[in-house]
Amino acid sequence: MANYNHQEQTDLRLQSTDKPALEYLARRNGWLVAVSLVLFVVLWDRIVNWGHLPAFLLPAPQAVWKKLVTMISNGMLLDHAWVTLYEVLLGLALGSLLASLIGYALAKSPLLEKMFSPYLVASQAIPTVAIAPLLVIWFGPGVFSKILVCAMTVFFPILVNTMIGFRAVPENLGDLMRSMRATRLQKLRYLEIPSALPVLFGGLRIGATLSVIGAVVGEFVGSDQGLGFLINVGRGQYDTPLVFVSIFTLILMALCLYGIAMIVERRITRWKTIHRD
Amino acid sequence: MTEPFLKVEDLCMTFRDRKGGLDVLRGINFEMNEQEFLCVLGPSGSGKSTLLRLIAGLLKPSAGRVRYNGSDTPPQVGLVFQQANLMPWRTVRQNIALPLEIMGIEKAEIERRVAEMITMIGLEGFSDSWPSQLSGGMAQRVAIARAFIQKPDLLLLDEPFGSLDALTRERMGGELLNLWQAQRTAVIMVTHSISEALLLSDRVLVFSRRPGSIARDVSVGLMRPRKEELRYTPEFQNLERNLRSTLQ
Repeated sequence: MANYNHQEQTDLRLQSTDKPALEYLARRNGWLVAVSLVLFVVLWDRIVNWGHLPAFLLPAPQAVWKKLVTMISNGMLLDHAWVTLYEVLLGLALGSLLASLIGYALAKSPLLEKMFSPYLVASQAIPTVAIAPLLVIWFGPGVFSKILVCAMTVFFPILVNTMIGFRAVPENLGDLMRSMRATRLQKLRYLEIPSALPVLFGGLRIGATLSVIGAVVGEFVGSDQGLGFLINVGRGQYDTPLVFVSIFTLILMALCLYGIAMIVERRITRWKTIHRD
Repeated sequence: MTEPFLKVEDLCMTFRDRKGGLDVLRGINFEMNEQEFLCVLGPSGSGKSTLLRLIAGLLKPSAGRVRYNGSDTPPQVGLVFQQANLMPWRTVRQNIALPLEIMGIEKAEIERRVAEMITMIGLEGFSDSWPSQLSGGMAQRVAIARAFIQKPDLLLLDEPFGSLDALTRERMGGELLNLWQAQRTAVIMVTHSISEALLLSDRVLVFSRRPGSIARDVSVGLMRPRKEELRYTPEFQNLERNLRSTLQ
């Protein structure tokens, strides 16, 4: 959240200045991130050194780096990361598609909402980890059960955002559309979707990171590929560098997805970030 | 006998809630022709906005009916509210184009008409601005342009200048007058300003307190085309004094 606010502020400042200043700021922010990363690695290295920690508890950054290089060169990392990414993306797509369709229906019909909200709330009381084994039993240890776990994880937040988004469509604009004799489809296209879009994207951004968690949970429960599987293997063999490499890859994946969702959101809701001088 | 353009017959409106009903309009009767500019004056809460929504077909009356050229289907209506109600995700140009897009008019034609309209309302440099970048007066100009561009049969204006400062308000009144004189349509405008009503309209309906009914129906016999300077003539000021006394 703090990070998000910071981004917003930078954006506002950029509005008033021209291009060179923009590049300068972007470069300076990049430097700050680089500096904090270097500090992190140095601190990590010192802790391992001064604490005389054995490698199976906390490996030195160099050991993790070496592991990373071998895993990239033998193709292992990319193979498993690809499987996880595949599950994450398909799960996100499936979950958000279902959530936005159902969310739209619930936002439009109070009757449907009253009928289904108890189930929706109850479904939130059960942690995904508890249901994941069932899905693996029913749909096998392959990729499909993981996609379902991802879809389940992202479903609820996107559903809620969809409902909020479509409920918040200004009534006056609805009247305006009616006075223009817009058809239901035109109302959806010209009013409801654009009006709900910023909130929908908020849900998608949260969903993107949740989907990564879903995939790992699914792979933990039972699988023979993916980053979650690698972490499981590393745990069994006390191969902590392997665990660390997998974790960092997952972090990178979640950050990239979040970033992509944010960039698309900015592009589409440009009108929100522009203010009067 | 030909049917009048708009005929309002014994129109009543009661809003129901759990505690009973709120009588908003009682027994409204009037007729208007297709080039008339009608203003509705009256105290707050006398159901003026409700009347506009009934005429636009956005509400169903509790009793009575509205006839348009002898039929029940409302004509092409242009609506302007007190707030500009622009779509914040559309630029000025796109907001004005909205009614034409909904009517399914082809792109080149839309572009031509929108450009022409933007020149008419004097917002040439702002075609690609977002509504959040506009002042209140500019936003309301866009809203009026959006209502005019579809060449509606009937324009319904609900205190269109109500949220503007006094100076902007006077200027916008003059601009609306010019726009309307270039493109004559039937207009019903709700306003709180007596001088605005007199400057623009052919006829003023004065509403009573809630439940609203027509207390007076005054013809404004001032010559057309009118100019803003009309406000300072003795004739205008007499009419204004006359109307003010009935409103109090």
